[in-house]
Amino acid sequence: MLWDVMGKTFRLLGYTIQYGCIAHCAFEYLGGIVVCSGPSMEPTIQNSDIVFSEHLSCHFYSIQKGDIVVAKNPTDPKSNICKRVIGLEGDKVCTSSPSDFVKIHSYVPKGHVWLEGDNLRNSADSRCYGPVPYGLIKGRICFKLWPLTDFGFLRASPNSHRICKD
Amino acid sequence: MAQMQGFGRRYIKAFLKGFFVAVPVTVTFLDRVACIARVEGSSMQPSLNPGGKQVSDIVLLNHWSIRNYEVQRGDIVSLVSPRNPEQKIIKRVIALEGDIIKTISYKKRYVKVPDGHIWVEGDHHGHSFDSNAFGPVSLGLLHARATHILWPPERWQKLPPKLPPERQPLQKEQV
Repeated sequence: MLWDVMGKTFRLLGYTIQYGCIAHCAFEYLGGIVVCSGPSMEPTIQNSDIVFSEHLSCHFYSIQKGDIVVAKNPTDPKSNICKRVIGLEGDKVCTSSPSDFVKIHSYVPKGHVWLEGDNLRNSADSRCYGPVPYGLIKGRICFKLWPLTDFGFLRASPNSHRICKD
Repeated sequence: MAQMQGFGRRYIKAFLKGFFVAVPVTVTFLDRVACIARVEGSSMQPSLNPGGKQVSDIVLLNHWSIRNYEVQRGDIVSLVSPRNPEQKIIKRVIALEGDIIKTISYKKRYVKVPDGHIWVEGDHHGHSFDSNAFGPVSLGLLHARATHILWPPERWQKLPPKLPPERQPLQKEQV
């Protein structure tokens, strides 16, 4: 009787650990579902949209300009941010806000990326905390799952003039 | 023949079952709890790699103790290099967020470490590529905390948090 209960408990514990570890590997290396909040990526991603992010291109260092990425917030590592990559290392980016008359340009340092939200007027991004190290990027958002009317790949940046072409 | 096939199938099944248990558990353990790594370079002399190039120390990296990004001044931590994301660097934490620190060769003489950042330095000043070159680093880049030296065996020891007295922060954050 006791052995029976013990055996069941151990089996349950083993299955919990096994599936927990499989889930960790999947979320860490393949991708996961992210619920976005906040207005900074409007109109591409609205508040409380559900999107799918894949982590493979981040591990293989194939993030490109114009991709939307999930990254750790540089000023608070426990929260995440969701922004668009405007410049990779060595690119020239405009660091001033669009309403400024004087445009200030600077180069993105090595190993960093320049992130900006699509909603330039309401977004805390690289224009306030500077270039973000590549190591903080966790994944690339590839398509939207919810709302269903908007299901599919994400729209291109409405501020594409800020992404410099080379 | 049928028995042979059944045996093969059973063998493959058992192998797959074991594989799907062992690999995720190992990967998760190495990611979340602890792993070991070899220290290269002279930037942490004399704490690590005191012998120069002949021997390189192997350290135990504890991931579990920093899961909430809690570090102390003086801890030896490994982090993703801000300049090269493919590389990990191992340094000593000198100052936490809010501290004011006197730099050694940074572009500014005094720096207040911003929120969510730490100031890291190698023990071998001048031979270390650390915060004096790239500034404060974000806590999100933190990888693990080095707790023990495992190899070579005669150097087996714990690595206690040790802050050089001359590198104390000028003003600690008011708690």
